[in-house]
Amino acid sequence: MKLLLKNTNIINPAQNLNTVADIFIVNGIIQKIGKQIECESDVDVYDLKGKIIAPGFMDMHVHLREPGYEHKETIETGLEAAAQGGFTAVCCMPNTNPPIDEASVVKSILQKAKNVLNGIVDLYPVAAATRGREGKELSPMIELSEAGAIAFSDDGSTIYNAEILRRAFEYSSMLNKVIIQHPEDPELSRNGVINEGVMSTILGLPGIPSIAEEIIIERDTRILEYTNGYYHAAHISTKNSVEQIRNAKKKGLNVTCEVTPHHFTLTEEVLGDYDTNAKMKPPLRTQNDIETLIDGLSDGTIDVIATDHAPHSFDEKEVEFLAAPFGIVGLETAVGLALTYLVNKKFLTIEQLIEKFSVNPRKILNLPVIKIEEGEKANLTIIDINKNWTVDVQKFKSKSKNSPFHNFVLIGKAVGIINNCNVYFSE
Amino acid sequence: MKLKSRHLLGLKGMDRNEIEFIFDTALNFREVLERPIKKVPTLQGKTIVNLFFESSTRTRISFELAERRLSADVVNFSVSGSSVAKGETLKDTARNIEAMKIDMVVIRHSSPGAAMFLSRVLKSSIINAGDGTHEHPTQALLDMFTIKEKFGKIDGLKVCIVGDILHSRVALSNIFGLKTMGANVAVCGPRTLIPRDLEKLGVKVYYDINQAIRNSDVLNVLRIQLERQDRVFFPSIREYHLYFGITKERIEKNNREIIIMHPGPINRDVEISADVADGSQSLILQQVLNGVAVRMAVLYLLGTQN
Ligand SMILES: [Zn+2]
Repeated sequence: MKLLLKNTNIINPAQNLNTVADIFIVNGIIQKIGKQIECESDVDVYDLKGKIIAPGFMDMHVHLREPGYEHKETIETGLEAAAQGGFTAVCCMPNTNPPIDEASVVKSILQKAKNVLNGIVDLYPVAAATRGREGKELSPMIELSEAGAIAFSDDGSTIYNAEILRRAFEYSSMLNKVIIQHPEDPELSRNGVINEGVMSTILGLPGIPSIAEEIIIERDTRILEYTNGYYHAAHISTKNSVEQIRNAKKKGLNVTCEVTPHHFTLTEEVLGDYDTNAKMKPPLRTQNDIETLIDGLSDGTIDVIATDHAPHSFDEKEVEFLAAPFGIVGLETAVGLALTYLVNKKFLTIEQLIEKFSVNPRKILNLPVIKIEEGEKANLTIIDINKNWTVDVQKFKSKSKNSPFHNFVLIGKAVGIINNCNVYFSE
Repeated sequence: MKLKSRHLLGLKGMDRNEIEFIFDTALNFREVLERPIKKVPTLQGKTIVNLFFESSTRTRISFELAERRLSADVVNFSVSGSSVAKGETLKDTARNIEAMKIDMVVIRHSSPGAAMFLSRVLKSSIINAGDGTHEHPTQALLDMFTIKEKFGKIDGLKVCIVGDILHSRVALSNIFGLKTMGANVAVCGPRTLIPRDLEKLGVKVYYDINQAIRNSDVLNVLRIQLERQDRVFFPSIREYHLYFGITKERIEKNNREIIIMHPGPINRDVEISADVADGSQSLILQQVLNGVAVRMAVLYLLGTQN
């Protein structure tokens, strides 16, 4: 494979790089970066004038549903959706059936991923932190890690028992691997389905109070302070969570966190017509929360944008509100939403966006940060920040279409990826 | 005049003229109900399904009577003995019934938003007869109709809804409707049974029942739903009655006229003492009678729209 990318704006904050040049790639390795590179006729040439080449994006929070729930998504359709969305890597969460709590499950998932689009998307399984995700006994973390698990989480459920969490921090720290917490106190969130507040009152729906998330984060960081280890709070959604994380970082703890695109773009107001495609955990919050989340992204408190891609079939969501499952798909809209709502509105620079999508998730997961320089593997995401497009869920590669963003007009899109000797263009 | 929507899903968003229009129509049907022959041919040839996923004998009978007095064909569907037990979805159940050529669906369901959901998946007119803890619009309409009948107006009256506001569909519909009609709306109950941020809807909240009584023209007393107090909301029925119960002494201590309403069924000597429920200030039986007239009005207005 020989590829020449012409006139492209190469940006990589990890190298302090922002330049316009050509990139010549041979067999997946960057051969040359320079102005006006000439080439022979056996080279595929792409003119990427006006487009940005960034280090490959990673979505560290994806539910691929396989094994067990293949009617919602499979490793194949999920990774195709990732490629379409501009991601060269994803982490898949362990709430499958069986859960990812044994080495054999990790291996079989990795095996399947290799065959999707010639392995253009790297898959990093997150294994369960406890056996069966039941929160009672530690999972075999060393063995899981050797099989390829990148981190540990009971996502979908909170690691609720404080002693188990303490031991999980201690044990996983031997492996330098992070514990990803789904922060939700199940007693406080109880039978809640949307944010508790004026909207839950108007709709007569049971509410999930913001403190259900915040007190878990507060408790967890206290435990971490005692044990040391690595803690990543998944999908934070409230003002106070941002403040908790900010304080924990000030104390010098190994605390990181992520936010989903839906939590910084939508408020609970969109639930006025009981749209089950806006039902997820944590629930959509208020404008005030959104503003703090964006502040957190901008000042670095929030390290990562991750989708919490949670596919559910049409029939599963086409029910009365209480009966609908939680979660929405996100892989194919994430970059567009972040460009539209953060970069175009000047809350984040494009460099900051690339940090949230590529540099930071890799650092958190202890993976090498991608470099765009001669001799390095080409692991790249191509972005068109001016592309005006309309979200159409029917065009999603994902098996499921449960998105509240259908018909949203976005400005900016990931238009292609290059990784593992392969090229994928989403146009 | 016409109602704006083909459905009656809730009172949120319904304007004052529409509510007045329903009242005017209901007044005509009240007269019909006083006649020896209480039946009019208005909905002859129309088929109405009462789709009840929760048992509510009272509401169903009131609707059924209203439907029959308008000469509609009536089909009753209730959970017991239905296909719901076999795992059929609400959408499938409703579509199957609609395939039998029906015109209107009256639905009672435990999930908030269920009536709105049906309005999206069916072609029929939908009437919400209570969707979980969300709305119960015909109940609030009949409550307001009864208030208006008594006072000649709703504007400026002080109405307090007492009891379990959190788990009540009646409260929310009354709040939306009464606000639209210009009443001053308050609620009273233990703080654990008042939904969060209710004040943001422009509702006054009392935790002291005597204060609530002193400041009200009308008390709408809600049933304390024993079965729903599954955990932590209040310590005991005894304590509830002692501190929030509507008793004769409390009413008499208050030196002005006050009207007592209750959507039923009553737990005597729990939320309301027997002598108050049966007393001269009580409009409870009037509400039941008005319920049929108001439901006839709603069915008529929606059923003859096209
Ligand atoms: Zn989660």
